Amino acid sequence: MAKKHKWQDLIKDPLNENNPITVQVLGICSALAITVKLMPAIVMSLSVMVVVALSNVIVSLLRNYIPNRIRIIVQLLVVATLVILVDQILKAYAYDVSKELSVFVGLIITNCIVMGRLEAFALANKPWDSFLDGIGNGAGYGLVLIIVAFFRELLGSGTLFDHKVIPQWLYDHGYVNNAMMLLPAMALITVGIFIWVQRSMFPQLTEKE
Amino acid sequence: MDRNSNLYTILFAAVVVTVSAILLSLAVMFLKPAQEQNVRQEKMTDILYTIGLDKEALNQKAKSEGLKLNYQQIEKYFNTYFTEQYALKTDGSVDNNVNAFDINMKAEVKKPVDAQRFPIFIATVDGQKYYVIPLYGKGLWDDIWGYIALEGDLNTVKGVKFGHKGETPGLGAEITKKWFENQFKGEKIYDKDGTFRGITLLKGNKDPENKDKEDHEVDAISGSTLTSNGVTNMLQERLKHYIPFFDKMRKK
Repeated sequence: MAKKHKWQDLIKDPLNENNPITVQVLGICSALAITVKLMPAIVMSLSVMVVVALSNVIVSLLRNYIPNRIRIIVQLLVVATLVILVDQILKAYAYDVSKELSVFVGLIITNCIVMGRLEAFALANKPWDSFLDGIGNGAGYGLVLIIVAFFRELLGSGTLFDHKVIPQWLYDHGYVNNAMMLLPAMALITVGIFIWVQRSMFPQLTEKE
Repeated sequence: MDRNSNLYTILFAAVVVTVSAILLSLAVMFLKPAQEQNVRQEKMTDILYTIGLDKEALNQKAKSEGLKLNYQQIEKYFNTYFTEQYALKTDGSVDNNVNAFDINMKAEVKKPVDAQRFPIFIATVDGQKYYVIPLYGKGLWDDIWGYIALEGDLNTVKGVKFGHKGETPGLGAEITKKWFENQFKGEKIYDKDGTFRGITLLKGNKDPENKDKEDHEVDAISGSTLTSNGVTNMLQERLKHYIPFFDKMRKK
Protein backbone atom coordinates (compact mmCIF):
# COMPACT_ATOMS: atom_id res chain seq x y z
CA MET A 1 0.00 0.00 0.00
CA ALA A 2 0.95 3.64 -0.18
CA LYS A 3 4.03 4.37 1.81
CA LYS A 4 4.32 7.34 4.09
CA HIS A 5 5.85 10.38 2.45
CA LYS A 6 7.64 13.14 4.26
CA TRP A 7 6.20 16.38 3.01
CA GLN A 8 9.59 18.08 2.74
CA ASP A 9 10.76 15.33 0.41
CA LEU A 10 7.67 15.67 -1.78
CA ILE A 11 8.59 19.27 -2.45
CA LYS A 12 12.37 18.92 -2.43
CA ASP A 13 12.98 15.82 -4.53
CA PRO A 14 11.53 17.11 -7.80
CA LEU A 15 13.63 20.26 -7.52
CA ASN A 16 16.85 18.34 -7.92
CA GLU A 17 17.19 14.59 -7.53
CA ASN A 18 13.97 13.77 -9.32
CA ASN A 19 13.58 16.87 -11.47
CA PRO A 20 10.85 16.32 -14.06
CA ILE A 21 12.82 17.87 -16.91
CA THR A 22 16.43 17.01 -16.25
CA VAL A 23 16.04 13.64 -14.53
CA GLN A 24 12.64 12.26 -15.51
CA VAL A 25 13.09 13.94 -18.94
CA LEU A 26 9.44 14.94 -19.26
CA GLY A 27 7.95 18.14 -20.67
CA ILE A 28 10.99 19.00 -22.79
CA CYS A 29 8.93 20.31 -25.71
CA SER A 30 7.37 23.24 -23.90
CA ALA A 31 10.65 23.91 -22.10
CA LEU A 32 12.24 24.59 -25.47
CA ALA A 33 9.41 26.66 -26.86
CA ILE A 34 8.63 29.25 -24.24
CA THR A 35 11.98 29.98 -22.66
CA VAL A 36 12.87 32.85 -25.01
CA LYS A 37 11.90 35.37 -22.35
CA LEU A 38 11.64 35.24 -18.56
CA MET A 39 8.11 36.57 -18.09
CA PRO A 40 6.30 33.97 -20.22
CA ALA A 41 8.49 31.25 -18.70
CA ILE A 42 7.38 32.25 -15.20
CA VAL A 43 3.72 32.38 -16.15
CA MET A 44 4.01 29.04 -17.90
CA SER A 45 5.68 27.52 -14.82
CA LEU A 46 2.92 28.81 -12.56
CA SER A 47 0.27 27.50 -14.95
CA VAL A 48 1.84 24.05 -15.04
CA MET A 49 2.21 24.07 -11.27
CA VAL A 50 -1.44 24.93 -10.76
CA VAL A 51 -2.58 22.31 -13.25
CA VAL A 52 -0.39 19.52 -11.85
CA ALA A 53 -1.28 20.29 -8.24
CA LEU A 54 -5.03 20.60 -8.79
CA SER A 55 -5.36 17.65 -11.14
CA ASN A 56 -3.32 15.59 -8.68
CA VAL A 57 -5.73 16.51 -5.89
CA ILE A 58 -8.85 15.83 -7.95
CA VAL A 59 -7.64 12.50 -9.27
CA SER A 60 -6.46 11.53 -5.81
CA LEU A 61 -9.90 12.32 -4.37
CA LEU A 62 -11.54 10.26 -7.09
CA ARG A 63 -8.95 7.49 -7.03
CA ASN A 64 -11.21 4.99 -5.29
CA TYR A 65 -14.13 5.68 -7.61
CA ILE A 66 -12.53 5.90 -11.04
CA PRO A 67 -13.29 2.73 -13.03
CA ASN A 68 -9.94 1.26 -13.95
CA ARG A 69 -10.82 0.74 -17.60
CA ILE A 70 -11.42 4.43 -18.32
CA ARG A 71 -8.96 5.93 -15.86
CA ILE A 72 -6.68 7.49 -18.51
CA ILE A 73 -9.60 9.22 -20.20
CA VAL A 74 -10.90 10.50 -16.88
CA GLN A 75 -7.44 11.85 -16.06
CA LEU A 76 -7.28 13.55 -19.44
CA LEU A 77 -10.67 15.09 -18.86
CA VAL A 78 -9.63 16.50 -15.49
CA VAL A 79 -6.42 17.90 -16.95
CA ALA A 80 -8.11 19.32 -20.04
CA THR A 81 -10.78 21.06 -17.97
CA LEU A 82 -8.16 22.67 -15.75
CA VAL A 83 -6.00 23.72 -18.69
CA ILE A 84 -8.90 25.38 -20.48
CA LEU A 85 -9.74 27.19 -17.25
CA VAL A 86 -6.17 28.44 -16.88
CA ASP A 87 -6.07 29.49 -20.54
CA GLN A 88 -9.33 31.43 -20.26
CA ILE A 89 -8.23 33.15 -17.06
CA LEU A 90 -4.92 34.20 -18.63
CA LYS A 91 -6.76 35.59 -21.65
CA ALA A 92 -8.93 37.65 -19.35
CA TYR A 93 -6.35 38.91 -16.86
CA ALA A 94 -2.89 38.50 -18.42
CA TYR A 95 -3.61 39.16 -22.06
CA ASP A 96 -0.11 40.10 -23.24
CA VAL A 97 1.50 37.06 -21.67
CA SER A 98 -1.22 34.76 -22.93
CA LYS A 99 -0.51 35.97 -26.46
CA GLU A 100 3.14 35.03 -26.11
CA LEU A 101 2.32 31.64 -24.64
CA SER A 102 -0.25 31.09 -27.40
CA VAL A 103 -0.78 27.39 -27.99
CA PHE A 104 1.57 26.24 -25.27
CA VAL A 105 -0.94 26.75 -22.47
CA GLY A 106 -3.31 24.45 -24.34
CA LEU A 107 -0.49 22.01 -24.81
CA ILE A 108 -0.08 21.60 -21.04
CA ILE A 109 -2.71 18.90 -21.60
CA THR A 110 -0.14 16.82 -23.43
CA ASN A 111 2.68 17.74 -21.07
CA CYS A 112 3.93 14.38 -19.89
CA ILE A 113 4.67 15.74 -16.43
CA VAL A 114 0.96 16.08 -15.70
CA MET A 115 -0.09 12.63 -16.89
CA GLY A 116 3.07 11.13 -15.46
CA ARG A 117 2.41 12.43 -11.96
CA LEU A 118 -1.25 11.38 -12.10
CA GLU A 119 -0.39 7.81 -13.06
CA ALA A 120 2.67 7.49 -10.89
CA PHE A 121 1.55 9.28 -7.78
CA ALA A 122 -1.99 10.63 -7.46
CA LEU A 123 -3.71 7.32 -8.22
CA ALA A 124 -2.03 5.71 -5.21
CA ASN A 125 -1.75 8.50 -2.67
CA LYS A 126 -3.80 10.77 -0.43
CA PRO A 127 -4.95 14.19 -1.68
CA TRP A 128 -2.62 16.26 0.52
CA ASP A 129 0.47 14.27 -0.47
CA SER A 130 -0.63 14.46 -4.10
CA PHE A 131 -1.05 18.20 -3.83
CA LEU A 132 2.50 18.59 -2.49
CA ASP A 133 3.82 16.27 -5.16
CA GLY A 134 2.14 18.46 -7.79
CA ILE A 135 3.57 21.64 -6.32
CA GLY A 136 7.01 20.05 -6.12
CA ASN A 137 7.01 18.82 -9.69
CA GLY A 138 5.60 22.08 -10.97
CA ALA A 139 8.35 23.92 -9.13
CA GLY A 140 11.00 21.57 -10.49
CA TYR A 141 9.74 22.17 -13.99
CA GLY A 142 9.58 25.92 -13.38
CA LEU A 143 13.08 26.05 -11.94
CA VAL A 144 14.60 24.67 -15.13
CA LEU A 145 12.42 26.86 -17.32
CA ILE A 146 13.35 30.01 -15.45
CA ILE A 147 17.08 29.27 -15.45
CA VAL A 148 17.05 28.46 -19.17
CA ALA A 149 14.92 31.52 -19.94
CA PHE A 150 17.28 33.71 -17.92
CA PHE A 151 20.27 32.80 -20.08
CA ARG A 152 18.31 32.86 -23.32
CA GLU A 153 16.85 36.30 -22.74
CA LEU A 154 20.12 37.71 -21.42
CA LEU A 155 22.31 36.42 -24.25
CA GLY A 156 19.69 36.46 -26.99
CA SER A 157 18.01 39.82 -26.46
CA GLY A 158 20.29 41.54 -23.93
CA THR A 159 17.31 42.10 -21.66
CA LEU A 160 15.72 40.67 -18.51
CA PHE A 161 11.97 41.04 -18.08
CA ASP A 162 12.22 43.26 -21.20
CA HIS A 163 14.52 45.71 -19.38
CA LYS A 164 17.87 46.37 -21.00
CA VAL A 165 20.66 45.00 -18.82
CA ILE A 166 23.60 44.85 -21.21
CA PRO A 167 25.13 48.35 -21.08
CA GLN A 168 25.30 50.38 -24.28
CA TRP A 169 29.09 50.73 -24.20
CA LEU A 170 29.43 46.99 -24.68
CA TYR A 171 27.44 47.27 -27.90
CA ASP A 172 29.57 50.25 -28.90
CA HIS A 173 32.63 48.03 -28.52
CA GLY A 174 31.25 45.44 -30.88
CA TYR A 175 29.16 43.19 -28.62
CA VAL A 176 26.16 41.70 -30.40
CA ASN A 177 23.18 39.76 -29.13
CA ASN A 178 23.34 36.12 -30.12
CA ALA A 179 20.20 35.56 -32.19
CA MET A 180 20.91 31.80 -32.07
CA MET A 181 19.83 31.84 -28.43
CA LEU A 182 16.33 32.77 -29.54
CA LEU A 183 15.95 29.60 -31.59
CA PRO A 184 14.74 26.31 -30.07
CA ALA A 185 17.97 24.51 -30.94
CA MET A 186 19.92 26.60 -28.47
CA ALA A 187 17.28 25.92 -25.83
CA LEU A 188 18.00 22.23 -26.21
CA ILE A 189 21.72 22.88 -25.82
CA THR A 190 21.08 25.09 -22.79
CA VAL A 191 19.01 22.35 -21.18
CA GLY A 192 21.80 19.94 -22.04
CA ILE A 193 24.40 22.11 -20.32
CA PHE A 194 22.06 22.39 -17.34
CA ILE A 195 21.85 18.58 -17.09
CA TRP A 196 25.64 18.31 -17.43
CA VAL A 197 26.25 20.82 -14.63
CA GLN A 198 23.64 19.19 -12.44
CA ARG A 199 25.06 15.68 -12.89
CA SER A 200 28.62 16.70 -12.24
CA MET A 201 27.49 18.38 -9.03
CA PHE A 202 25.41 15.36 -7.98
CA PRO A 203 27.21 12.27 -9.26
CA GLN A 204 24.56 9.96 -7.75
CA LEU A 205 22.24 11.02 -10.61
CA THR A 206 24.45 9.46 -13.25
CA GLU A 207 23.36 6.01 -14.42
CA LYS A 208 25.78 3.26 -13.48
CA GLU A 209 27.09 1.14 -16.30
CA MET B 1 -22.37 -1.11 -7.18
CA ASP B 2 -19.72 -3.20 -8.87
CA ARG B 3 -17.06 -0.80 -9.97
CA ASN B 4 -16.05 -2.85 -12.95
CA SER B 5 -19.52 -3.16 -14.41
CA ASN B 6 -20.39 -1.42 -17.65
CA LEU B 7 -23.24 0.50 -16.06
CA TYR B 8 -21.01 2.01 -13.40
CA THR B 9 -18.40 2.96 -15.97
CA ILE B 10 -20.94 4.70 -18.19
CA LEU B 11 -22.60 6.48 -15.28
CA PHE B 12 -19.26 7.64 -13.93
CA ALA B 13 -18.20 8.97 -17.32
CA ALA B 14 -21.50 10.79 -17.77
CA VAL B 15 -21.26 12.49 -14.40
CA VAL B 16 -17.64 13.67 -14.81
CA VAL B 17 -18.27 14.97 -18.31
CA THR B 18 -21.36 16.90 -17.21
CA VAL B 19 -19.59 18.46 -14.26
CA SER B 20 -16.68 19.50 -16.43
CA ALA B 21 -18.96 20.95 -19.13
CA ILE B 22 -20.93 23.02 -16.62
CA LEU B 23 -17.75 24.30 -15.01
CA LEU B 24 -16.25 25.40 -18.32
CA SER B 25 -19.42 27.06 -19.59
CA LEU B 26 -19.66 29.07 -16.40
CA ALA B 27 -16.03 30.11 -16.60
CA VAL B 28 -16.31 31.22 -20.21
CA MET B 29 -19.48 33.16 -19.45
CA PHE B 30 -17.90 35.07 -16.58
CA LEU B 31 -14.58 35.74 -18.28
CA LYS B 32 -15.90 36.78 -21.68
CA PRO B 33 -16.39 40.50 -20.93
CA ALA B 34 -12.83 40.88 -19.62
CA GLN B 35 -11.42 39.05 -22.64
CA GLU B 36 -13.31 41.15 -25.14
CA GLN B 37 -12.19 44.28 -23.36
CA ASN B 38 -8.56 43.16 -23.73
CA VAL B 39 -8.98 42.72 -27.48
CA ARG B 40 -10.59 46.15 -27.86
CA GLN B 41 -7.93 47.78 -25.72
CA GLU B 42 -5.17 46.25 -27.81
CA LYS B 43 -6.82 47.46 -31.00
CA MET B 44 -7.13 51.00 -29.66
CA THR B 45 -3.53 51.15 -28.41
CA ASP B 46 -2.27 49.78 -31.74
CA ILE B 47 -4.19 52.41 -33.69
CA LEU B 48 -3.07 55.21 -31.38
CA TYR B 49 0.52 53.99 -31.77
CA THR B 50 0.44 54.55 -35.53
CA ILE B 51 -0.33 58.25 -35.13
CA GLY B 52 2.61 58.66 -32.76
CA LEU B 53 0.91 58.05 -29.43
CA ASP B 54 2.68 55.01 -28.05
CA LYS B 55 2.14 53.50 -24.61
CA GLU B 56 4.71 55.83 -23.07
CA ALA B 57 3.05 58.93 -24.50
CA LEU B 58 -0.35 57.72 -23.28
CA ASN B 59 1.05 56.92 -19.87
CA GLN B 60 2.52 60.38 -19.54
CA LYS B 61 -0.69 61.96 -20.68
CA ALA B 62 -2.64 60.06 -18.07
CA LYS B 63 -0.06 60.94 -15.44
CA SER B 64 -0.25 64.64 -16.23
CA GLU B 65 -3.98 64.42 -15.60
CA GLY B 66 -3.30 62.60 -12.35
CA LEU B 67 -4.81 59.38 -13.60
CA LYS B 68 -3.67 55.81 -14.20
CA LEU B 69 -3.75 54.46 -17.72
CA ASN B 70 -6.51 51.87 -17.83
CA TYR B 71 -9.13 50.71 -20.28
CA GLN B 72 -11.47 53.64 -19.65
CA GLN B 73 -8.63 56.13 -20.11
CA ILE B 74 -7.48 54.56 -23.37
CA GLU B 75 -11.01 54.50 -24.69
CA LYS B 76 -11.41 58.17 -23.78
CA TYR B 77 -8.22 59.17 -25.61
CA PHE B 78 -9.17 57.06 -28.58
CA ASN B 79 -12.56 58.71 -28.85
CA THR B 80 -11.17 62.25 -28.45
CA TYR B 81 -8.65 61.79 -31.25
CA PHE B 82 -10.56 59.51 -33.56
CA THR B 83 -13.66 61.55 -34.20
CA GLU B 84 -14.62 59.79 -37.43
CA GLN B 85 -14.59 56.14 -38.45
CA TYR B 86 -16.14 54.64 -41.53
CA ALA B 87 -16.76 51.26 -43.10
CA LEU B 88 -16.10 51.81 -46.81
CA LYS B 89 -17.49 49.91 -49.77
CA THR B 90 -15.31 49.03 -52.75
CA ASP B 91 -16.36 52.21 -54.58
CA GLY B 92 -15.23 54.37 -51.67
CA SER B 93 -18.71 55.23 -50.39
CA VAL B 94 -19.59 54.81 -46.73
CA ASP B 95 -21.72 51.94 -45.46
CA ASN B 96 -23.56 53.36 -42.49
CA ASN B 97 -24.93 50.01 -41.37
CA VAL B 98 -21.54 48.71 -40.30
CA ASN B 99 -19.54 49.82 -37.29
CA ALA B 100 -15.96 50.20 -38.52
CA PHE B 101 -14.37 49.40 -35.17
CA ASP B 102 -16.23 46.10 -34.83
CA ILE B 103 -15.06 44.72 -38.17
CA ASN B 104 -13.03 41.58 -37.57
CA MET B 105 -10.30 41.75 -40.21
CA LYS B 106 -9.51 38.05 -40.04
CA ALA B 107 -13.05 37.16 -41.07
CA GLU B 108 -13.41 40.14 -43.40
CA VAL B 109 -10.49 39.32 -45.72
CA LYS B 110 -11.96 35.88 -46.40
CA LYS B 111 -15.09 37.38 -47.97
CA PRO B 112 -15.26 38.21 -51.68
CA VAL B 113 -13.94 41.72 -52.29
CA ASP B 114 -17.37 43.16 -53.16
CA ALA B 115 -18.83 41.96 -49.88
CA GLN B 116 -15.97 43.31 -47.79
CA ARG B 117 -16.18 46.54 -45.87
CA PHE B 118 -12.98 48.50 -45.45
CA PRO B 119 -12.62 50.24 -42.10
CA ILE B 120 -10.86 53.59 -41.86
CA PHE B 121 -10.25 55.61 -38.70
CA ILE B 122 -9.76 59.34 -39.00
CA ALA B 123 -8.04 61.28 -36.24
CA THR B 124 -7.44 64.96 -35.69
CA VAL B 125 -4.40 65.80 -33.58
CA ASP B 126 -3.37 69.45 -33.19
CA GLY B 127 -5.23 70.34 -36.38
CA GLN B 128 -3.54 67.59 -38.40
CA LYS B 129 -5.65 64.85 -39.94
CA TYR B 130 -4.52 61.24 -39.92
CA TYR B 131 -6.08 58.27 -41.69
CA VAL B 132 -5.52 54.85 -40.13
CA ILE B 133 -6.14 51.70 -42.18
CA PRO B 134 -6.13 48.16 -40.75
CA LEU B 135 -4.04 45.55 -42.58
CA TYR B 136 -4.35 41.79 -42.69
CA GLY B 137 -2.39 39.22 -44.70
CA LYS B 138 -0.24 36.13 -44.71
CA GLY B 139 3.32 35.90 -43.43
CA LEU B 140 5.54 32.87 -43.76
CA TRP B 141 3.93 30.58 -41.18
CA ASP B 142 0.65 32.21 -40.33
CA ASP B 143 -1.36 35.41 -40.36
CA ILE B 144 0.20 38.84 -40.05
CA TRP B 145 -1.68 42.07 -39.48
CA GLY B 146 -1.21 45.68 -38.61
CA TYR B 147 -2.25 49.29 -39.03
CA ILE B 148 -0.89 52.04 -41.22
CA ALA B 149 -1.50 55.75 -40.59
CA LEU B 150 -1.38 58.22 -43.48
CA GLU B 151 -1.00 61.94 -43.10
CA GLY B 152 -3.52 64.48 -44.36
CA ASP B 153 -2.14 64.31 -47.91
CA LEU B 154 -3.24 60.65 -48.03
CA ASN B 155 0.22 59.79 -49.27
CA THR B 156 2.87 60.18 -46.58
CA VAL B 157 3.08 57.46 -43.95
CA LYS B 158 2.77 58.72 -40.39
CA GLY B 159 3.45 55.41 -38.71
CA VAL B 160 2.79 51.68 -38.81
CA LYS B 161 2.17 48.89 -36.32
CA PHE B 162 2.55 45.22 -37.16
CA GLY B 163 1.55 42.05 -35.43
CA HIS B 164 1.98 38.38 -36.24
CA LYS B 165 0.79 35.02 -35.05
CA GLY B 166 3.74 32.74 -35.56
CA GLU B 167 6.66 34.23 -37.49
CA THR B 168 10.16 33.02 -36.60
CA PRO B 169 11.55 34.73 -33.47
CA GLY B 170 14.55 36.88 -34.27
CA LEU B 171 13.77 36.83 -37.99
CA GLY B 172 10.22 37.33 -39.27
CA ALA B 173 9.02 38.32 -35.83
CA GLU B 174 11.22 41.42 -36.07
CA ILE B 175 8.42 43.13 -38.02
CA THR B 176 6.88 44.06 -34.69
CA LYS B 177 10.06 45.82 -33.53
CA LYS B 178 10.39 49.57 -33.35
CA TRP B 179 13.45 49.77 -35.64
CA PHE B 180 11.50 48.07 -38.39
CA GLU B 181 8.29 50.02 -37.95
CA ASN B 182 10.15 53.32 -37.78
CA GLN B 183 11.53 52.79 -41.29
CA PHE B 184 8.10 53.41 -42.74
CA LYS B 185 7.74 56.89 -41.32
CA GLY B 186 7.74 59.47 -44.12
CA GLU B 187 7.55 56.95 -46.94
CA LYS B 188 5.10 57.73 -49.73
CA ILE B 189 2.56 55.33 -51.19
CA TYR B 190 1.98 57.34 -54.41
CA ASP B 191 4.75 58.34 -56.86
CA LYS B 192 5.17 61.86 -58.23
CA ASP B 193 2.82 61.16 -61.16
CA GLY B 194 0.08 60.19 -58.76
CA THR B 195 0.23 56.43 -59.44
CA PHE B 196 -0.32 54.14 -56.48
CA ARG B 197 2.89 52.26 -55.66
CA GLY B 198 2.53 51.03 -52.10
CA ILE B 199 5.67 50.26 -50.10
CA THR B 200 7.99 47.43 -50.97
CA LEU B 201 10.29 45.65 -48.57
CA LEU B 202 13.48 45.06 -50.45
CA LYS B 203 16.73 43.41 -49.54
CA GLY B 204 20.00 44.98 -50.64
CA ASN B 205 18.33 48.06 -51.99
CA LYS B 206 20.43 51.08 -52.83
CA ASP B 207 19.26 52.94 -49.79
CA PRO B 208 20.07 50.90 -46.69
CA GLU B 209 19.91 53.91 -44.40
CA ASN B 210 16.43 54.58 -45.78
CA LYS B 211 17.10 58.27 -46.31
CA ASP B 212 15.27 58.39 -49.62
CA LYS B 213 11.62 58.70 -48.68
CA GLU B 214 10.43 58.89 -52.29
CA ASP B 215 11.52 55.42 -53.40
CA HIS B 216 8.55 53.48 -51.95
CA GLU B 217 11.06 51.04 -50.49
CA VAL B 218 12.19 50.11 -47.00
CA ASP B 219 14.85 47.63 -45.98
CA ALA B 220 13.60 44.08 -45.67
CA ILE B 221 14.72 41.78 -42.84
CA SER B 222 17.59 39.55 -43.87
CA GLY B 223 16.81 35.90 -43.34
CA SER B 224 13.08 36.37 -43.61
CA THR B 225 12.33 37.02 -47.26
CA LEU B 226 8.94 35.38 -47.10
CA THR B 227 7.70 37.37 -44.12
CA SER B 228 8.96 40.54 -45.81
CA ASN B 229 7.17 39.62 -49.02
CA GLY B 230 4.06 38.98 -46.95
CA VAL B 231 4.22 42.49 -45.52
CA THR B 232 4.72 44.00 -49.00
CA ASN B 233 1.77 42.06 -50.40
CA MET B 234 -0.42 42.90 -47.44
CA LEU B 235 0.27 46.63 -47.86
CA GLN B 236 -0.41 46.46 -51.61
CA GLU B 237 -3.52 44.35 -51.34
CA ARG B 238 -5.17 46.26 -48.50
CA LEU B 239 -4.30 49.83 -49.50
CA LYS B 240 -5.45 49.48 -53.09
CA HIS B 241 -9.05 49.05 -51.95
CA TYR B 242 -8.94 52.54 -50.47
CA ILE B 243 -7.90 54.25 -53.75
CA PRO B 244 -11.49 55.22 -54.68
CA PHE B 245 -11.90 56.75 -51.22
CA PHE B 246 -8.58 58.62 -51.48
CA ASP B 247 -9.62 60.01 -54.88
CA LYS B 248 -12.89 61.21 -53.44
CA MET B 249 -11.20 62.90 -50.52
CA ARG B 250 -8.73 64.68 -52.81
CA LYS B 251 -11.51 66.09 -54.97
CA LYS B 252 -13.13 67.69 -51.96
